Amino acid sequence: MLSRVADSCFWLSRYIERAETNARILDVNMQLMLDFEDQNPNMLQQHWQPVLATLEDQELFNKHHEKITPEAVMEFVTFAKKNPGAIISCIAAARENARTVREQISSEMWEQINRTFLYLRDGMARADFQDSPIDFYRVLVDKLHAFQGTSDATMIHGEGWDFLQLGKYVERADSTSRVLDIKYHILLPSGEQVGGHVDITQWMAVLRSCSALEAYLKTNVGEVTSWQVAEFLILHGEFPRSIRFCANKLNNALYSISGCEVGYFSNEAERLCGMLRSKLNYTTIGAIFDTGLHQFLDETQLSLIDIAGAITETYCRWMDE
Amino acid sequence: MNRLFKEYEIGDFFDEMFSARGAVRAHYQRLARRFSEMEDGEFDRKRQLAEKSYLNQGITFTVYSGDEGTERIFPFDLIPRIIPASEWEHIERGLIQRLMALNLFLHDVYHEQRIIKEKIIPEEIVRSAKHFRPEFMGFDVPKNIYIHICGTDLIRDRDGVYTVLEDNGRCPSGVSYVLENRQAMKRVFPKLFARYQVRPVDRYAQDLLAVLRHVAPHGNPDPTVVVLTPGIYNSAYFEHSFLARSMGIEIVTGSDLVVTDSLVYMKTTKGLRRVDVIYRRIDDDFIDPTVFRKDSVLGVPGIIEAYRKGNVNLANAIGTGVADDKVTYYYVPKMIKFYLGEEPILPNVETYLSADDKDRKFILENLEKLVVKAANESGGYGMLIGPHATKEEIEKFRAAIVADPRGYIAQPVVLLSRSPSFCDGCAEGRHIDLRPYILCGEKTSIIPGGLTRVALRKGSLVVNSSQGGGSKDTWVLDEIDEPPSQSQSQTQSQVP
Repeated sequence: MLSRVADSCFWLSRYIERAETNARILDVNMQLMLDFEDQNPNMLQQHWQPVLATLEDQELFNKHHEKITPEAVMEFVTFAKKNPGAIISCIAAARENARTVREQISSEMWEQINRTFLYLRDGMARADFQDSPIDFYRVLVDKLHAFQGTSDATMIHGEGWDFLQLGKYVERADSTSRVLDIKYHILLPSGEQVGGHVDITQWMAVLRSCSALEAYLKTNVGEVTSWQVAEFLILHGEFPRSIRFCANKLNNALYSISGCEVGYFSNEAERLCGMLRSKLNYTTIGAIFDTGLHQFLDETQLSLIDIAGAITETYCRWMDE
Repeated sequence: MNRLFKEYEIGDFFDEMFSARGAVRAHYQRLARRFSEMEDGEFDRKRQLAEKSYLNQGITFTVYSGDEGTERIFPFDLIPRIIPASEWEHIERGLIQRLMALNLFLHDVYHEQRIIKEKIIPEEIVRSAKHFRPEFMGFDVPKNIYIHICGTDLIRDRDGVYTVLEDNGRCPSGVSYVLENRQAMKRVFPKLFARYQVRPVDRYAQDLLAVLRHVAPHGNPDPTVVVLTPGIYNSAYFEHSFLARSMGIEIVTGSDLVVTDSLVYMKTTKGLRRVDVIYRRIDDDFIDPTVFRKDSVLGVPGIIEAYRKGNVNLANAIGTGVADDKVTYYYVPKMIKFYLGEEPILPNVETYLSADDKDRKFILENLEKLVVKAANESGGYGMLIGPHATKEEIEKFRAAIVADPRGYIAQPVVLLSRSPSFCDGCAEGRHIDLRPYILCGEKTSIIPGGLTRVALRKGSLVVNSSQGGGSKDTWVLDEIDEPPSQSQSQTQSQVP
């Protein structure tokens, strides 16, 4: 497979995943806001600021807006073309990448991305958003899930598909760790509220934004605590958005591409991913809290950056020659 | 009956569907019947359906001017152009003859130049052709095929005679629309389609791949073939990717390729992989910055050296532009006689060379009546349509012709045939042409039909997509079973 094509598959997939994360976070935050009894501007600001922090959009937002309001944040993260992290920009970038690899992906996949892009660009999305933001984000997430399903069902599960998996799981592991990190940061200092009503609601929201609430409740019947939520989102072996699950999938895709025997490594990406994977497979939530959750998540994010860099170096280093 | 054809005006042109007296031509009768059964609005709904499907599939081309919405759909007209079997048979023979002559001509001008020595074509004309590549004199291309893919534009004059307007022997585009238009028509009018026996077009990609494999260097039986595109911002990118997908081969940009020791490789995740045949959709000028235009960022440095050494083959060959130069065009009928000893089956449009003193005098005296074309432009650019031009434009061309007589030709205004086209709720006559795609490999073949382009602007004679043109599906019929004309059905479908 051409290095450029591998690179495009990787990024196409990352952008799709990123758009989904954004849509989910906005949806959940919107729903949470509706539970507030007190809707004063300060509260609203406090409520929406973490969204910008999670998505690392804060600086650019401040450049264009004086105040954080729900409307401004949703607009900025959904429709603002000037924001490269906005949903519309992610979908546009995914589509540009898809266009360059149309002969690799199936026509059905291309059409699914293209329709989603046209939906966002041509005003239909805006109308749906105005009718009901929550429904709009659901519809959008559905469209992106349809892309995942279409990929799975119509594309050869060969090298191109493996690169799609790499992009998807790098991005997903990263976004789960960031959602967790930010919420933890914000939720924990308010010590007096630990275990209180707001706290539980907030942790449930974290789970929801990772589509994890129902799965979590099946595992931890009746209890929502910060400790268990963190454990679930970092270490659960079968939940598809947990960091450990993502690292294992990432590892599988890497070995499928190189054909290297498991237990050995044939390139730097495999070595780094193997290390991340064994760290996640053989740690406990107690050990993580001992080192400090924030530090653990920070290290995880750095490993993911290194792995992505090593993938490019291994498979796409010809590109700029 | 609905209003689709109610106010149709045939005008003073050859109309593909109606005879001069208003009767529906035999091969259009089933279509006329089906369309007249439609309810008002049904046609428009179908049109919107087709457009939406083009948009969703991303079958678009890029327009360079204007910022927002640079991707557009190539307007598609749902009223097909129908060609009876006997007419197609004539066209096919004519095109095969013509391409044979062009390939013989290219071999000759890059070798012995018999055609110059025997004074059929003046040496000056060949030497001054912008796309003539003297650096390739004496160079042999595999199987002596220069133009592997040719798009020859045909028009019908007022008497319905198929006439050659120009040959495109460099990188003719548009074939993907032939295939996509067919898909769209099958979806939108399945019943009508089934009532006609339309010859299929979908083997094009397989035929093209066979041609590309046939011309591999050293007769390599299992060559790696790729499509080389300028990239996703090129106006024809959709087509490049469509063809690569349909052939099941890689599409590459210049930066995906690298030349080492005069061998061409593509950069893959598993290292460098050898490439044998390149279907390049980049013009000669841009293909190798070390040989042609130095500022080209689209090309592959060193690729021409690899080509010269016979390590890679390019389709079409380097230097074919000398054959589709508009001045060379004038000589094609003479070439056919010279190389093949045959009379041309398809005539040229009457052409005046401004390089010729007598012709130039005539041209300059009759600019307001003639069409003037720059010898080396395409896409409808560099053209003067005298009767539609302002005084200023005419004077501009007059000066240009005087300054560079070799650079222009002139032709009488040909009143292209018209075909009913859907405009604003009903059918109106619009001018059309036809670009069949001729493939030359082990044998020469043409997919039945081609791209019918239609000038959707009222009165316009320019069919190019960059100038407001659209396209139609082209149906070549498999049988000669045109229903016997019954005077009853003719009166019924007569245009009031």
